[in-house]
Amino acid sequence: MGKLKLNIAVTGLNNTDNPGPGVPVIRGLRESNYFDVRIIGLAYENLEPGIYMKDIVDKVYQIPYPSSGTEAFLDRIKYIHSKENLNVIIPNFDAELYSFIKAEKELGDLGVKIFLPTLEQFEERSKSNLPKFGEKYGIKVPFSKAITSYADINNLRNHFDYPLLVKGKFYDAYLAYNPEQVINHFNKITAKWGVPVIIQEFIRGTEVNVIALGDGKGNTIAAVPMRKQYITDKGKAWGGITIADENLVKLTKKLIADTRWRGGMELEIIKNVNNEYYLIEINPRIPAWVYLAVGAGQNIPEALVRLAIGENVPPYKSYDVGKMFIRYSYDMIGDISQFEKLSMTGEL
Amino acid sequence: MKIRSNIAVSDNGFMFDPNTGDSYNLNNTAAEILQMLKSGKDESEIIKEFTQKYDVDEATFEQNLYDFLGMLGHYDLVEKEQTNY
Repeated sequence: MGKLKLNIAVTGLNNTDNPGPGVPVIRGLRESNYFDVRIIGLAYENLEPGIYMKDIVDKVYQIPYPSSGTEAFLDRIKYIHSKENLNVIIPNFDAELYSFIKAEKELGDLGVKIFLPTLEQFEERSKSNLPKFGEKYGIKVPFSKAITSYADINNLRNHFDYPLLVKGKFYDAYLAYNPEQVINHFNKITAKWGVPVIIQEFIRGTEVNVIALGDGKGNTIAAVPMRKQYITDKGKAWGGITIADENLVKLTKKLIADTRWRGGMELEIIKNVNNEYYLIEINPRIPAWVYLAVGAGQNIPEALVRLAIGENVPPYKSYDVGKMFIRYSYDMIGDISQFEKLSMTGEL
Repeated sequence: MKIRSNIAVSDNGFMFDPNTGDSYNLNNTAAEILQMLKSGKDESEIIKEFTQKYDVDEATFEQNLYDFLGMLGHYDLVEKEQTNY
């Protein structure tokens, strides 16, 4: 039997030093044993590197940022669907997830499937709700507080010891050793992501991450733990290795079972010197290091698409320990005519 | 003292801890001690074997051995109770 032909749209083609997951997601899909995919890249910016990678995308469309309004955003997606007959969309940006979750039913009625967490799951695990989340599911989380103004910064001493972490609601995290540094980071973050800004207790230890996929019924379809080996000045992994930490896999399975998590996720966890695990963040989407999981034997993008189109997907039972990813930068040569076409017509 | 069963040590002295992803380069002496520990030998057997095989007195070797074993414990490479989360 031949492979199933699918048209899949993917966002997050920004393969920069703060990479989006789009390109590695596409690599996983192109290596699928089940699908023969046509990839439609959805780009917000003209210089997202994935746009210009010939073996990665078959066609690219510009889309408006969700902040420009849900209607404009959805109209554009519908237009692209009318041209490309999309079967599945894999959104990869935190900032667009809310819009896609809201539009899931409407797009589903048009035949475009999305496999994302429910709105409740999405909200429940948000950074500002993390303390409640930890309490509800019996998982240690660092103490944190959401703040919205300078006035709150003066009161932090009553609740936190320095250093502490200052985090944006979607991205960015900075360590601050005094209130002046908090003000500095607060300004930087609010200019980019708005309020609230989250202040989080700093837990000393080793950072470990788990990439996982839940089927929405409580089953963990895939879970691969990784330790960052090389971290950029933006805190992003530039190299990492799969590890055999059974406690991490257990913790992940428990979390997915308890929340009945639907879709991809990344757990960011600190293991302290007493071997206690603190959940510091849940990213409600596939992370940029997903290709390591593919290399270790769990093709998460493929499994996610199978779930999206309604297939029954058996859980992966194992992964290879000691598989490493090492990122690199690479200069492609483009031409102004490509840039012109994308800028003027919104397509390439 | 028992080395964790999933610790891998190559003949060339490269040691990999799959739980943490850490790797270590061992010198010949350390690699030999590791292989003895992995094969289930205890401290007294290792001391006996080393002092017979090499030109080293028992007190010096014992002191170095316990330093090394302490280091293995520090890096969490030895068997102990289940961790909690």
